[in-house]
Amino acid sequence: MPINITMPALSPTMEEGTLAKWLVKEGDEVSSGDLIAEIETDKATMEVEAVDEGVIAKLLVEEGTEGVAVNAVIAVLAEDGEDASALEAPASAGETAKPAAAAPEPTLETPAPKPETSASPAKAGAAPETPQKLASTPMPGARIKASPLAKRIAALKGIDLSALTGSGPHGRIVKKDVENAKPGTAVATRTAASPSKVGTASPDGLILPQLLDDRVYDPESYELVPLDGVRRVVARRLTESFMQVPHFPLTVDLRLDKLLAARKGINAAAREGIKISVNDMLIKASALSLMDEPDCNASYTDDGIAYHNGAHISVAVAIDGGLITPVVRNAHLKGLAEISAEMKDLAARARERKLKPQEYMGGTFSLSNLGMFGISNFGSIINPPEGMIMSVGAGAKQPVVGENDQLEVATVMSVTLTCDHRVIGGAEGAKWLQAFKRYVEQPEAMLL
Amino acid sequence: MTDTNFDLIVIGSGPGGYVTAIRGSQLGMKVAVVERAEIGGVCLNWGCIPTKALLRSAEVMHLMKHATDFGLKAVKPEVDLEAVVKRSRGVASQLSGGVKFLMKKNKITVLEGEARLEKGSPAPKVIVKANKDGKDASYQAKHVILATGARARAIPQAGLEPDGKLIWTYKEAMVPDVMPKKLLVIGSGAIGIEFASFYNELGADVTVVEAVDRILPAEDEEISAMAEKAFKKQGLKILTKASVKDLKAGKNSVKATITPEGGKGETHEFDRVILAVGIVGNVEGLGLEALGVEIDRTHVKVDGFGRTGVAGLYAIGDLTGGPWLAHKASHEGVLCVEGIHGKNEAHPFDAWNVPGCTYAHPQVASVGLTEAKAKEAGHKIKVGRFPFVGNGKSIALGAGEGMVKTIFDKETGELLGAHMIGAEVTELIQGYVIARQAELTEEDLMHTIFPHPTLSEMMHEAVLDAEGRALHI
Repeated sequence: MPINITMPALSPTMEEGTLAKWLVKEGDEVSSGDLIAEIETDKATMEVEAVDEGVIAKLLVEEGTEGVAVNAVIAVLAEDGEDASALEAPASAGETAKPAAAAPEPTLETPAPKPETSASPAKAGAAPETPQKLASTPMPGARIKASPLAKRIAALKGIDLSALTGSGPHGRIVKKDVENAKPGTAVATRTAASPSKVGTASPDGLILPQLLDDRVYDPESYELVPLDGVRRVVARRLTESFMQVPHFPLTVDLRLDKLLAARKGINAAAREGIKISVNDMLIKASALSLMDEPDCNASYTDDGIAYHNGAHISVAVAIDGGLITPVVRNAHLKGLAEISAEMKDLAARARERKLKPQEYMGGTFSLSNLGMFGISNFGSIINPPEGMIMSVGAGAKQPVVGENDQLEVATVMSVTLTCDHRVIGGAEGAKWLQAFKRYVEQPEAMLL
Repeated sequence: MTDTNFDLIVIGSGPGGYVTAIRGSQLGMKVAVVERAEIGGVCLNWGCIPTKALLRSAEVMHLMKHATDFGLKAVKPEVDLEAVVKRSRGVASQLSGGVKFLMKKNKITVLEGEARLEKGSPAPKVIVKANKDGKDASYQAKHVILATGARARAIPQAGLEPDGKLIWTYKEAMVPDVMPKKLLVIGSGAIGIEFASFYNELGADVTVVEAVDRILPAEDEEISAMAEKAFKKQGLKILTKASVKDLKAGKNSVKATITPEGGKGETHEFDRVILAVGIVGNVEGLGLEALGVEIDRTHVKVDGFGRTGVAGLYAIGDLTGGPWLAHKASHEGVLCVEGIHGKNEAHPFDAWNVPGCTYAHPQVASVGLTEAKAKEAGHKIKVGRFPFVGNGKSIALGAGEGMVKTIFDKETGELLGAHMIGAEVTELIQGYVIARQAELTEEDLMHTIFPHPTLSEMMHEAVLDAEGRALHI
């Protein structure tokens, strides 16, 4: 029997992806674990591994094809002894299988991988697993660790375990994690999206189509760069956030001198290879402030407000063609050296688009720093479902009025906290900033 | 001169305190432990361990009395009370010595004396009034963990107060001077029932009075009923829904007024009375109020990692509330010290995963929700039961009385609770505790191989029975 290799869902939010590159060609022998393709997902480029062994009989989707729906057949694998050349493309591959020079027809009927909800206990345990013949596990290289009970509950509620962060030992997903998750975590059924001549309209109908009128701009007068996964997601999510989240900004000025001095001291005393940045210290200070003001470490949901146990700090990293927010998990428990090392690694891999989904999802608070560009202050758009995002401006020497009304020179930095008002009131946000100010202005407090 | 600066000072060396100290030392902390009485605390010296030694004597007595059932002849067995108590004390002192060795091995400084706290930074200062010379010495640590435990509750308003001679708490009951002919046990929790079982086996005429409608009120109702039946069969008198008031100690006996609910009080005379009406935390004399530690009745309020809300101050074990069990204290202590060290974020304390054991004859053991509590919590449940009489090993042991009961969530297959009564069930329960901790479902348990012939097979059968698939019944 030939085996269909299908477009894998590499993250729970992924509905379609771009087949960036084939790493095999027709006639190649592959065995389980071999890399066969690179797929550009909504946020990153990931490699797909073969699950079965055999000979690549046919590649059904051309390199560079955008918008290949999850679960569409992308290649056919012939098992040993089968005549690869005799194989025809399976009928079910249908439209999506056509090598698409133009934009591929969206496959509306593609079923989301639906967990089996069999009542039989013998089957239910294995339910959340994707069908056996899928060419890729949901997350290559990352086995999902979950307790049997968590798997069962996830299956019953239709939750995709790969979207969750486990709170058990070694990140194991336990009952508590699935109970707190919303069924919506499962891959949603797609709504219609009409192919358009210019640009792509909203993939989910939430946003009004944004098309350029030929009468305003002559099509010859600009160059159109197609949207990639990152751009598309950033566009959708930020529009949703800005329109749906009632947000308000709070700004405060912080004196930075002590923090800079502390940083100098720390770096002087640190082992070779460790160099703490101001941003690393701000990550730590943010995390500790979230622990001090746990009301602010929260997400709005229709079922209630989710108060997070850990402070997971998303840090905005500009990448070629967009923005991504790798997460420093449990930053409140980590030392500066650890945060610094982790951040360096995450940022480097973010720029190469090599982050795994679990590395850029699950933050509870975001930090965006444009200080290095000399921006004095700015407001960011909330990164849902997080409740707050902080925008950090540049530290600059300024005249300030000291305690005894004398003028002095101090390094002052302005930060703006944007809050989701459904979760965080003005007073709570202000209290959080007070806590943050204390850590920045008295950095010794971070050692407590 | 002893060091006065530590990373961690633990106050109390019971199973909570000394285990916490060892874990702290393993994590590289410089640790001291303060103890005002014996190293090892109540558990080793006046609780779990010496009572188990006493109950072992009772068990041997029981077997000797029933020797003919096993084809053996025993001359009429007699109790040498002094020797029974001596054995129990010997066991306690051997283990207390063991803990002293563990302290030394882990380089833990033992400060013998009474501790109190004063404001300090980064953690409260610990002032220890030495047992040796009554002099105060001040110690400072980065973290202080309170593990001062609890003691028997007295209710003076109701005339229930121990006198240490005729009216006992667990402590005196463990070192009886005479074998009481008529004994009254007030309270039918684990402590009350264990002493009732012990004295009954050794020949006393024992009456147990319980305020609510069943004995072992924390256990599943079905288990309580089976226990009551078994104890009554052994000659124990059990009065439920009854209260005792106004204990009046005479010269060598105590008069007690026992009032059934809604009935009239009657006065009875007993040689001795054991008060087992609960536990109060040892919160006094530590200076907690001045530090602003939140206390709920006699227990220090803490979060899942033992934090009290006062910087650098933590509390674990009986002091923080129920279940009042040594293994709960040890576990909390480890969580707390790992939390301090930044090692544990995943596992805050979960009271529902603490197994409870009563070492009477028959034994009772349980974990998780009772059937009633599971229903109350809104679970749709399936229940499995398996009787000892269907198990080969228990018949061979001559212990055919008892039951294993499992309660599962019908939908998710979660093991909500497990309840057992019968021989050696206290050794079996941990299998179900592992299942709960690892979040196994009924399916995993059904697929597990249980060795034959063992009592543990009943645990498998009770799971299968919840699915209507029990094999041997």
